[in-house]
Amino acid sequence: MDIKAKLIDEVGLQRTITRLAHEILERNKGSKNLVLVGMRTRGEFICNRIYEKIKEIDNSEPPKGILDVTLYRDDFRTRLKQPEVSVTSITFDINEKDIILIDDVLYTGRTARAALDALMDLGRPNTIQLCVLVDRGHRELPIKADFVGKNVPTSLNEEVKVKLKETDGEDAVYLVNAPKQ
Amino acid sequence: MSLSNKHLLGLYGVPREDIQLILDTATTFREVLERPIKKVPTLQGKTIVNLFYENSTRTRISFELAQKRLSADTINFSTSVSSTKKGETFKDTVRNIEAMKVDMIVVRHQSAGVPHYLTRISKANIINAGDGLHEHPTQGLLDMYSIREKFGRLEGLNVCLVGDIAHSRVALSNIFGLKTMGANVSVCGPATMIPYGIQSLGIKVYQNINEAISKNNVLNVLRIQLERNAGERIPSLREYHRYFGITAERLEKYNKDILILHPGPINRGVELSSEVADGPYQIILDQVTNGVAVRMAVLYLLGTMH
Repeated sequence: MDIKAKLIDEVGLQRTITRLAHEILERNKGSKNLVLVGMRTRGEFICNRIYEKIKEIDNSEPPKGILDVTLYRDDFRTRLKQPEVSVTSITFDINEKDIILIDDVLYTGRTARAALDALMDLGRPNTIQLCVLVDRGHRELPIKADFVGKNVPTSLNEEVKVKLKETDGEDAVYLVNAPKQ
Repeated sequence: MSLSNKHLLGLYGVPREDIQLILDTATTFREVLERPIKKVPTLQGKTIVNLFYENSTRTRISFELAQKRLSADTINFSTSVSSTKKGETFKDTVRNIEAMKVDMIVVRHQSAGVPHYLTRISKANIINAGDGLHEHPTQGLLDMYSIREKFGRLEGLNVCLVGDIAHSRVALSNIFGLKTMGANVSVCGPATMIPYGIQSLGIKVYQNINEAISKNNVLNVLRIQLERNAGERIPSLREYHRYFGITAERLEKYNKDILILHPGPINRGVELSSEVADGPYQIILDQVTNGVAVRMAVLYLLGTMH
């Protein structure tokens, strides 16, 4: 990994999660109608952390689930490697709910598009709000995040790497040079 | 992870990792089947032909549903309403269908080896849905999936296939697949229905059903196929039932923890008593549901391969 800069450190990540949880509660006037959905794989863990924070602040436990969007991707024909599918685990009714869709990095918007389609197949939510830890720009679709941890202007030959204790042993966000093809 | 072969012709020689991948992927699709909208857009734009030269209800419907739930376009071909009746050869039929640009062919045929032959005359991915007395790989996979769902593993389990082993493609696919996954496979049935020398595949043969029941975790009970002249190999259906039929009394006496599978359609009162067919030991209808998920997994893994 060719690191150019550390964008967020461990303490910074905690603060960001806290702020995002507050913003979500503020915008939705509490957590009464909220459900949290994390996108595999890192969105799942960010979702868990926001959930814990909401529990702490609001003393409530909104339902939370995991979404796997592999089956809804639009790049099956162009990718060289076959993506591995795993299970979506949303065990509650999403009809008429306000869904907070959580992911680590927002980039082209294609994963978010796939997630919207996937959620629509599970029911008719009242709203879907997108929450991301990092927005790095370069959208290819008309998609915008409602809650953003950090806006990071990037160039196309850079990548944003989110590291989480659950998967990578540390909490940090790095800006790195993309590996040469 | 991808499968190592672009066709699914049988379970003979399919590596363990491939079977594992199919079964794991099927878990994903099992979840899709529980949703209010049981459809995902994954195979949009792919065309699949179901080429059925032999009658089938369960397998054809199962494949068709699996294809529709992956949003593929499907065409059904069956011999009763086709130009085969006008004398067209199999090869010409396939060439013509392929000229219409299809991506996958699901084939069932009364002759063993037809799916293999298809791979030589067509560029599509070929899936064997049963060829003669040879193999029926998706049935083998869905049986393994159903067993794994119940026990959480396949390795080390004792699984016995009961019935007309010599004329069963389901038996052969089960034997190859289960052995690859590390299960101990055995067979049980009248001597006229057990192929000579089957022990050379590394499997045990039981002559006595009570012994098979007591020594196994799973019985996969095959149908007595009257359309394949099973009547020539047993004195009568009643006698078969008396010596090899699975009844509640037998299960209660010899093994209360056993799991009963049956690929369907059931001959009630022959290989299974009605009490067992509807009772707590069997998972026959779960097998049918799992069949759709397993076929979705196979179609997905082959259809999105590069």
